[in-house]
Amino acid sequence: MADATTADHQADHKPSFFVRWVFSTNHKDIGTLYLIFAILAGIIGGGMSGLMRMELAEPGIGPLLAFVNPNLEGEAALAAAKNFYNVLITYHGLIMIFFMVMPALIGGFGNWFVPMMIGAPDMAFPRMNNISFWLYGASGVLITLSMFVPGYGNQLGFGGGWVLYPPLSTQGEGPAMDLLIVSIHLAGASSILGAINFITTIFNMRAPGMTLHKMPLFAWSVLVTAFLLVLSLPVLAGAITMLLTDRLFDTTFFDPSGGGDPILYQHLFWFFGHPEVYILILPGFGIISHIVSTFSKKPIFGYLGMAYAMVAIGFVGFIVWAHHMYTVGLSVDMKAYFVAATMVIAVPTGIKIFSWIATMWGGSIDFKVPMLWAVGFIFLFTVGGVTGVVLANAGVDHVLHDTYYVVAHFHYVLSLGAVFAIFAGWYYWFEKMTGYKYNGFLGGLHFWLMFFGVNIVFFPQHFLGFQGMPRRYIDYPEAFAFFNEISTYGYYLTAVGVFVWLIGVAEAFLMRRKGEMNPWGEGATTLEWTVPSPPPFHCFDELPKVK
Amino acid sequence: MKKNSYTALTISAVVIGMVGLSFAAVPAYRAFCQITGWGGTTQRATEASGTILDREVTIRFDATVSGGLPWYFKPEQVSQTLKIGETGLAYYEAENLSDEPVIGSASFNVQPAKAGLYFRKIECFCFTEQLLEPGERVSMPMTYYIDPAIAGAKNLDDIKTITLSYTFYRNEDAEREKLAALGDH
Repeated sequence: MADATTADHQADHKPSFFVRWVFSTNHKDIGTLYLIFAILAGIIGGGMSGLMRMELAEPGIGPLLAFVNPNLEGEAALAAAKNFYNVLITYHGLIMIFFMVMPALIGGFGNWFVPMMIGAPDMAFPRMNNISFWLYGASGVLITLSMFVPGYGNQLGFGGGWVLYPPLSTQGEGPAMDLLIVSIHLAGASSILGAINFITTIFNMRAPGMTLHKMPLFAWSVLVTAFLLVLSLPVLAGAITMLLTDRLFDTTFFDPSGGGDPILYQHLFWFFGHPEVYILILPGFGIISHIVSTFSKKPIFGYLGMAYAMVAIGFVGFIVWAHHMYTVGLSVDMKAYFVAATMVIAVPTGIKIFSWIATMWGGSIDFKVPMLWAVGFIFLFTVGGVTGVVLANAGVDHVLHDTYYVVAHFHYVLSLGAVFAIFAGWYYWFEKMTGYKYNGFLGGLHFWLMFFGVNIVFFPQHFLGFQGMPRRYIDYPEAFAFFNEISTYGYYLTAVGVFVWLIGVAEAFLMRRKGEMNPWGEGATTLEWTVPSPPPFHCFDELPKVK
Repeated sequence: MKKNSYTALTISAVVIGMVGLSFAAVPAYRAFCQITGWGGTTQRATEASGTILDREVTIRFDATVSGGLPWYFKPEQVSQTLKIGETGLAYYEAENLSDEPVIGSASFNVQPAKAGLYFRKIECFCFTEQLLEPGERVSMPMTYYIDPAIAGAKNLDDIKTITLSYTFYRNEDAEREKLAALGDH
């Protein structure tokens, strides 16, 4: 008995505050750190989109002039405002992708729930997990610095777009781009270490009986994502290293005057960039599968098909990259190949969408807040997927390339898809992670405000794209004014939604309604619902056995 | 724990391999463009074509000077119309506008890009570096023909005009080598 008491005591023994959060090696604490990091980055990146929408609310250059150096006048002030707009689009993209969605889904929910779902005591390499997080911290510091140092001439920050295409990214003497490159290097190193950790954990540390074919779909999604990270991020690292040496050491990888080719950068970048969009969405797929199954009180329809659909998406994701580059002068045959390969992705994606619907079909559906977000996700992701099939056609893309149609498309799958999956996961696991119940009314209000908000932001952008409005400009002709104004109103509504979310979080922590071990009932069958809410510092007193 | 280290090391090897592949892509991409004529990369030939087809193509000439090069550089003819397989001779004119010797190198391609594979240059000033003394003015020849194999390529049936484009860059590496060689004397 004495031994048992000691063991119990140790199970919930927490280190002191500093040691617990800075030297953290506990997967749940590191997951929490990632989530806090992602929330902060999301608020900054979301604020940037607010500035862009304010500027684009009507034609002419207005609101952004308030942010430029007050000593500048006339043309100089306009030039600074234009540069600031370009900086906003660049850092909004980078922050949302590298510092919001990836840390939230992979670092946050992945760290929290993958070990729990497979019945592992922690990640395979807890200290490597710690350095993954703090590399992210260092990366965040560098990208922030990069916004406040000169890029071109004395203009602050790098304004060449998140894709960092040369020659824009290899010219400009200022250190903004160099800091950005090192920042992305660190974020990439962090993600690669994290991916190694996840793959090792999932391959080697599953509880007895937890075969790969019984593993929950969220763990599957993180496994596939980790492989995508391992195969694609090194290529980005190579490409931006070449940018760096082109900038600093007179190499000419992407400089035609020395025999290089800027198009090569685009190939390398999109060889990373296309798998990256699946890296952003696959963990979301996993979360949605759990939620749809839980609130339909049915096992997921076509479990193996769902798992292997993700594997197929990951695989095909590596051989479609040039559909981002239809306008660089590819031959007709090449374009035909990339059109066909791209459209093939609609097949495994369709398997997922229809399996979610089939899971709901005939189920006893309970529209609690996480289920609202999950259904919202399925709707929005399908809209984004359909516009993706439109854009996959090289002929159509020649017209729509770099227009707002593309902006609308990738925000439907990412800003709406991935973000809705994050919020779905947030409400699904909030009680598990914090031990408090959220306020269902505020959660529902948050959903409806954001659902209408983001649709009002992005749906009109399809029309703008068809009208021919190009992306990445601070100003536009009068003809585009109407839908831009509507789009900006949508942003304000979305911002109110985010504010309601923050109120909901604060309310839950203030009211301290005690959470249950499993608030969702019989539909929630994965292992995280077999431990208390919040889980003890070390979960699983006994090794769980899976039948 | 051994099993974990093994997995982690295997995946680390994959990561290192992928970094290696990204750098291997640089020579691979260059070779790919040269072999397939991608991006309008023109081909080289050692002798004129044996066959001449009864189909005409107009070649238009274009010239660009990069910012750092103090040269005047223009084609001496706007266009040439010739039969496929027929050897053409065109001239470009260059003048060094500065008061120092300058070495330039030209990059080149054709539009539409798909014609690159069939555009064969026998001789061209773009194959070598060009040294112009201060104020020196030269007329630079290039000989070329359109490969009759173009007739067998369905995708190129619509080709009636091919634009050949050159961009001259200052070749500072070659200038440094030249200076060093002079210093040795």
